[in-house]
Amino acid sequence: MESGELDRSSDRERGSASAGGHLYSLLKQGLRLARQYAPPLLLIVLLLSVWQLTTWLLKVPKWLLPSPWQIVVAGAEARELLGPHTWQTLKETWVGLGLAVVVGLGLALVIDLSPLLRRTVYPLLVASQTVPILALAPLLIIWFGYGILPKVIVVALVCFFPIVVSTADGLRMADPDLIALLRAMGANRRQVFLKIRVPGALPSFFSGFKIAITYSVVGAVIGEWVGASRGLGIFMIRSSKNFLTDRVFAAIAVTSLLSIVMFAAVMLLERAVLPWYYARREEVWEEV
Amino acid sequence: MSSSRSAVSEIELREVHKAFRVDGRLLTALGGLCLRAREGEFVVLIGPSGCGKSTLLNIICGLMEPDSGDVLFDGRLVRDRIGLVGYMLQKDLLLPWRKVLDNVILGPEISGMDSGAARQEAQSLLPLFGLEGFEESYPTTLSGGMRQRAALLRTFLCHRQAMLLDEPFGALDALTRRQLQQWLLEVWHRFQQTIIFVTHDVDEAIYLADRVYVMSPRPGVIKLELDIPLARPRRPEMITSGEFGALKRELLSALGSP
Repeated sequence: MESGELDRSSDRERGSASAGGHLYSLLKQGLRLARQYAPPLLLIVLLLSVWQLTTWLLKVPKWLLPSPWQIVVAGAEARELLGPHTWQTLKETWVGLGLAVVVGLGLALVIDLSPLLRRTVYPLLVASQTVPILALAPLLIIWFGYGILPKVIVVALVCFFPIVVSTADGLRMADPDLIALLRAMGANRRQVFLKIRVPGALPSFFSGFKIAITYSVVGAVIGEWVGASRGLGIFMIRSSKNFLTDRVFAAIAVTSLLSIVMFAAVMLLERAVLPWYYARREEVWEEV
Repeated sequence: MSSSRSAVSEIELREVHKAFRVDGRLLTALGGLCLRAREGEFVVLIGPSGCGKSTLLNIICGLMEPDSGDVLFDGRLVRDRIGLVGYMLQKDLLLPWRKVLDNVILGPEISGMDSGAARQEAQSLLPLFGLEGFEESYPTTLSGGMRQRAALLRTFLCHRQAMLLDEPFGALDALTRRQLQQWLLEVWHRFQQTIIFVTHDVDEAIYLADRVYVMSPRPGVIKLELDIPLARPRRPEMITSGEFGALKRELLSALGSP
């Protein structure tokens, strides 16, 4: 341990001492990043290569299973079409997520108010998740038409649950000793809530929100399947009806990419909002 | 800076009883306990685990009410005691999302005081509490001893003339513990608060106290009240003196007897 610290500080000194040292530390940081991200990237490249090679060697027809490269080409050719469809899906996703956060936080607060409310509301929340979305989506279209609203509702419906559950758990997990200490200092209920429970529940909220993000885009796409004039979901349906399988895959790729980018954005946001949560974790003692 | 609320400097308990219902059984935590801490006095409460020490402190600071008996502050019966005395627990209970400086001003913040002034005062006290240069650190990055000192600084900044310290050094290693005892005595000498300190370490009790109360196992009552006539300031070598040994024997036999 001791020697580890010495080595680290001498590294830092070397880094600031000369331009060469600076380059050295930059290089070292690059190497560390590469070591972290290279394995998953390599695996993805490997899988894509296998896919590319098999479709080429076995001469699989494009309408059955297009190769990765054919998908890229199809996506690029259809970009004029894909753009507006993607934008439509994004709008539905964001509005739906926004609604899910508002409703989710609201319900978490309600649940947190009293054990009676928790017992009353919780089973209903669970029940809401057992309703098959694919059966519900056509009904939503009958009730709310072909506009954006039914899709937003589908997104909100699949996204609010993880937010409620994790936030309510986070609010409940507040250390009772900490609450006793604040009360002994003369704090009222509102102060205990704002100074202890809310900040303490933030990491849990983010956990739930990250799960919700991964559901959200898919939720919008499912909402569009049942009936829409625009969106990646309807683009997929139309493409598959016309045996344009490469376009279906291009739309799938865009859907995944959207989810991944949004997930990464929330992770960055989390780090910015909760620096304390990562304060310890980042310090790693490496053996040398 | 101290408000009128903080002026309590003498604490007295008369025949305090407190019982709890646990799984349908009635447990008497305190069975008529009497105790007194005079102005500026360092009183240590020692006893086996589960003897109701924490219940006692919760009653003093107003988190609980006794079933019977009186709690007197400066000789007067006080109905709403919450917030009148400082309270610190074995766990440091620092808020992990606040930097050290924001943590220690929690008390003034809760009582609605000007946070700028509180910050300034905290900043000026950081060196005394060995936290200089760490005001912008998060608690998770501090050592156990530093976290405990930060928790003590937070208790100090509540500006209560009387403080209850519930095993504040209980979770620390022996070496850090010695250092913090010495340091606590210096701080106490400077500010002259009334302190009620709970521990189950006999050496710690003798080394710190003007007076030691020995509590019995449940139901908790005071079994022995022992004045500690050791000279002040206390010095580490006193621990090996004959006088210290005699006091320790007396306390140990009181703790060991049924």
